[in-house]
Amino acid sequence: MSDAKAVADRLVKSKRLNALLTPSKELRSALTAQAAAARPTGVLYGMPVAVKDNICTLEFTTTCGSRILEGYRSPYEATAVTKLKAAGALIAGKTNCDEFAMGSSTEHSAYGRVVHPLDKTRVPGGSSGGSAALVGAGALPAALGSETGGSVRQPASFCGVVGIKPTYGRVSRYGLVAFGSSLDQIGVLGRSVHDAARVLSVISGRDPRDATCEDRDPLRLPTVPESLQGFVIGLPREYFPAELDPAVRRACDRAVRLLRDLGAAVREVSLPHTAYAVPTYYVIAPAEASSNLARYDGVRYGPRFDGHADLRGLYRATRGQGFGAEVRRRILVGTYVLSAGFYDAYYRRAQQMRALIAQDFRNVFDRGVDLLFTPTTPSPAFKAGEKLSDPIAMYMSDIFTVTANLAGVPAISLPIGRVKGLPIGGQLIGQAFLEDEMLEAAYALERVVPATDEA
Amino acid sequence: MAAGWETVIGLETHVQLRTKSKMFCGCSTAFGAPPNTQVCPVCLGLPGALPVPNGAAIRLAVRGALSLGCTVHPKSIFARKNYFYPDLPKGYQISQHDQPLATNGTLSFVSPERGIVNATIVRLHVEEDAGKSIHDRFPKATAVDLNRSGVPLIEIVGGSARVPTDAQAAARVHRHLRLRHGEGQSARRRQRVGAAGGCHGPQHAD
Repeated sequence: MSDAKAVADRLVKSKRLNALLTPSKELRSALTAQAAAARPTGVLYGMPVAVKDNICTLEFTTTCGSRILEGYRSPYEATAVTKLKAAGALIAGKTNCDEFAMGSSTEHSAYGRVVHPLDKTRVPGGSSGGSAALVGAGALPAALGSETGGSVRQPASFCGVVGIKPTYGRVSRYGLVAFGSSLDQIGVLGRSVHDAARVLSVISGRDPRDATCEDRDPLRLPTVPESLQGFVIGLPREYFPAELDPAVRRACDRAVRLLRDLGAAVREVSLPHTAYAVPTYYVIAPAEASSNLARYDGVRYGPRFDGHADLRGLYRATRGQGFGAEVRRRILVGTYVLSAGFYDAYYRRAQQMRALIAQDFRNVFDRGVDLLFTPTTPSPAFKAGEKLSDPIAMYMSDIFTVTANLAGVPAISLPIGRVKGLPIGGQLIGQAFLEDEMLEAAYALERVVPATDEA
Repeated sequence: MAAGWETVIGLETHVQLRTKSKMFCGCSTAFGAPPNTQVCPVCLGLPGALPVPNGAAIRLAVRGALSLGCTVHPKSIFARKNYFYPDLPKGYQISQHDQPLATNGTLSFVSPERGIVNATIVRLHVEEDAGKSIHDRFPKATAVDLNRSGVPLIEIVGGSARVPTDAQAAARVHRHLRLRHGEGQSARRRQRVGAAGGCHGPQHAD
């Protein structure tokens, strides 16, 4: 088992990334206490796992990167965290993230932006940017993140690590602070496919406290396959547009050659509604967020802001000052699309489009395709500040990842090369509850792909 | 009443389902406990908590629906009713909207004026109660007791009655509705009567 002090030292050394929200002293004492209490029989005995700050923990505050939950300490912990502890893992602090997981760069945190582990002028992606940066910097073997629309895979891709978004319903969300309830899933960032997969295996499975979590046994991990003989891998043409970054295209081409070399049959397929995924997502997710974030009103917990003469004033002051600009934007958009008179034009149509996007996947999988391979993001990590003033440009960095959330299917991003030192991620998208097949292919590809070579 | 106007009264009756635990969590529904002692992350609406429906409450609601001759739908959907109020900890009430548990029932009763009346039950749906705001306990402050937050209710929506005495009689019958569970305990019920006046065209009998 790794020694609690060594774990803490490595994390504290990564302080410049601003990836961990837990103060060093608190982190050290919590790790020491957990190491003493951890059961040596657990499959993750002694493994440090940091947890995104929108997942409730007893040991540390849970702020969701927001001023409105500053200092908030949950009286209960998430089921995923309980399962990690039961397996002997050490909860290694809380990671910085975009406020309430809304963002793609981890610049929208009330506690400052997270720095990319390989280039301090760039963003680590988001919203699970703190988790990705710590794993990318080698400070930890794995960390929990969460996805509503690509928030594990996109930062994993930017930071050169593995990111898994499981099937909707695979992992309990009890204790994951809700953003878009029909999309949210806890995911895992890991240094390797195996590190991410074994954490996923531990946190997966039924939970009586989450009615949306399927009544299934924990995910069984596959072995690393000798070949991918018998696998049919589809390349959806909509994910390889003409304007794709040339280095990303080269890295994907190389990965596809390797998949073929491993024995997989590769064929081009089409997911015709892909172009509508981002606009669909940016109606559904804010709509659900506007309802989920209604509870933060300064009445029961969290800071209460000054200047309230009456109840309405209290709400205004607390929600106006407690939420950052991006969260306020999404609450406004969400409230608008749900309001009478606009519901049919926006929310209902988005739901219909979502059904078509999910059908695209089923059509392809029904025709004998086992998995899809795509780039994870259209480009490598962008510069800090580059997309802050242009929300649409920021949203488009999720173009290849939001589809899996809308369809509820599992997906994994793994490093497949670099451009000018910056990591490039490749994505495998699987069928619902067939994470084992997806992981087999990821294991095989990971073993042969020159992940740190220029593409 | 001015010519051309008639009184239309609609009854929305909330009946508490006598269950041991709340609608979406395991907290006790017992009445009279000290404030905020029968609460948990779910009914407090704490960040990250999730509702799990209480099967016993659904069974009681189905029994109530059948006793009113309603059609019980194999599929019904819970929906969020969003509004801000300090005794509503999530900022929304979990209720049913588009697809309620049951629709189209009848309640027969004897009207003092018109004999047997068959009043329409439009729908019956399941929802959770809000907490209780107490405005007269502290000067210049409102206290909130969330023991009641999440207690299971059914809302019975009656058709509109055009004759006030009919509505009164129907209200009495609604009030006497008993939903029994276990050892023959009677359901605790709270009634909120909604009345609306409206202008209608030519009068026609119910």
